[in-house]
Amino acid sequence: MQLWQYVARRLALLPILIIGITLLAFIVSHLVPADPLGMVLSERAMNNPTIVAAYRARWGYDRPLPEQYLIYVRNLAHGDLGESIATQRPVLQDLAQFFPATLELTLAAMVFTVFLGIPLGVVAAIFRDRWPDHLARILALIGVSVPVFWLGLLLLNVFYFHLDWLPGPGRLDADIPPPPHITGLYTLDSLLTGQWATLRNALAHLLLPALVLGAYTMGAVSRMTRSSLLDVLGQDYMRTAKAKGLSRSAQILRHALRNALIPTVTVVGLAFGDLMSGAVLTETIFSWPGMGRYAVNAASFLDLQAIMGVTVIIATTYILVNLAADISYGLLDPRIRIGG
Amino acid sequence: MSQTPLAIDRDIFHEEERSRIRRLWGAIRLVRRSNAAMAGTAIILIWLLIAILAPYITPYDHLAQDLSHRLEPPNRVHWFGSDELGRDIFSRVLYGARISMPLGILVVALSSVIGILVGGISGYVGGTFDEVVMRIADVFLAFPSLVLAMAITAALGPGLNNAMLAIVVVLWPTYARVIRGQVLAVKERDYIEAARAVGAPSHRILLRHVFPNSYTPVFVKASLDIGAAILIAAGLSFIGLGAPPPTPEWGTMVSMGRQKFAQWWIATFPGLAMLTVVMGFNFLGDGLRDLLDPYIRRGSG
Repeated sequence: MQLWQYVARRLALLPILIIGITLLAFIVSHLVPADPLGMVLSERAMNNPTIVAAYRARWGYDRPLPEQYLIYVRNLAHGDLGESIATQRPVLQDLAQFFPATLELTLAAMVFTVFLGIPLGVVAAIFRDRWPDHLARILALIGVSVPVFWLGLLLLNVFYFHLDWLPGPGRLDADIPPPPHITGLYTLDSLLTGQWATLRNALAHLLLPALVLGAYTMGAVSRMTRSSLLDVLGQDYMRTAKAKGLSRSAQILRHALRNALIPTVTVVGLAFGDLMSGAVLTETIFSWPGMGRYAVNAASFLDLQAIMGVTVIIATTYILVNLAADISYGLLDPRIRIGG
Repeated sequence: MSQTPLAIDRDIFHEEERSRIRRLWGAIRLVRRSNAAMAGTAIILIWLLIAILAPYITPYDHLAQDLSHRLEPPNRVHWFGSDELGRDIFSRVLYGARISMPLGILVVALSSVIGILVGGISGYVGGTFDEVVMRIADVFLAFPSLVLAMAITAALGPGLNNAMLAIVVVLWPTYARVIRGQVLAVKERDYIEAARAVGAPSHRILLRHVFPNSYTPVFVKASLDIGAAILIAAGLSFIGLGAPPPTPEWGTMVSMGRQKFAQWWIATFPGLAMLTVVMGFNFLGDGLRDLLDPYIRRGSG
């Protein structure tokens, strides 16, 4: 199949997938046996049928479910994700506010993933079945096995509470005002406006949560790099490279790694999902005001519109990231016949 | 959507049909060839033993409160210290294995059975039916696992059973996809053709010939997923959607130590228990995957 045909097919399926996502999110969030109004109304108000009926009408819960869904989809098409019952604000506005914090955290975690995960995988492949390989395997498997919320607590306890080397939860110290809003990423904004003290503080706050969030993907990427590099090292052209007298480092860096990193691209796409899952817990531990913590609050408040909004947005972003990863995979490696 | 090209779907066994017993024996022999898989198996067996024997080997009742000995650091009486109600953390950590181990295994067993049935039938039948089923699976796979599990548990109401149900909902499509790929690969082989030619009914071909030849990658995946399921359940418990206190669930126990930095032992030991159990399953799965991948198998490259 031609690449453009494949892309066209994937894009054609996209709306169907997004409708599926909204439908699933809708079904899930309306399974609720508990009454979401019970979370916002006092017990006395719940006993007053007039107030309850007024609230139901206000939030559209008095209509039949299929109609509620159609209204939701119609609003969604206009970029309206509904209103949060907990914050009393449009969900889209909430998400726009919390998104930059999550983006900053996720990007920082990706930095750890790439700069620790790939070298670890390379070392493991070069020293295959010797002690650096075993050590790398153990490190990688700790990364994918460690409960993120526990690792976060542990590191906070050691580096903040006991040693006091790093700041505690949050994006900035309480006495430091956030930098002017340009991108919403505190590190980038303070860099752009030249507020070095703020930048230093923001980076210090970012270090632990990014490390915690990146631990899992670091492990996954290093295992991936190892097996794909081993695969490449067994190829004929590597024997040629060796035969023509290239140094070992030139063989690995110039010939093998370039090809071995291609499959890693797909892992980045998959890693996004893991990072979003991890963000839910990491943001809770580090009081990080992002989408993950918003999702947790929405879930514990039975804030239906917010749950739907956040899951729909995250899922849609996830499939777009994966689509981009798949396409670039096809572009980078002409041997791959995608589709089929 | 992309599939991890980690080659779990390459099966060194399915070149020809062999008896089930020989295949099982083969799997055990494989485990013995990998140090990682052996280490994983040992860790899993130890924790299984702890789970079974917990009522007999714990020094204290895991629910017994002793307010005169609350928040004690690890000492000779309370090896892992005591929590804010004076309960023995060592006993509670051991008891936690009785929750997390069966939970992980049960969740993965359920999801893989559902996934194998759906994916197997879908791949075998093919056509529009297959297309529709796989698009439905795609919708489930579009959600990051914890995010969807959290939404489902929140909707159904907090609790361990609902958390388990939510994880099954999240996991089954991954099995459906793997097994479908296997079935598509196996279905064109000569021996399936032969079975069809002698008039074997479809369900018999699926059960007797297709599934047994597709289950090695599922075995690897299941091992990795038991660890993942334990972590998701603990994560849900940690944010208050899973096991309620005073259940000695590890995630719940860690969340009890959340505000107590000075009493580090409350959160640390249950977390270590989780880490070791999940590492056991990951070592086993990772070791098996290495052995099953023909391209990087020892001595072949």
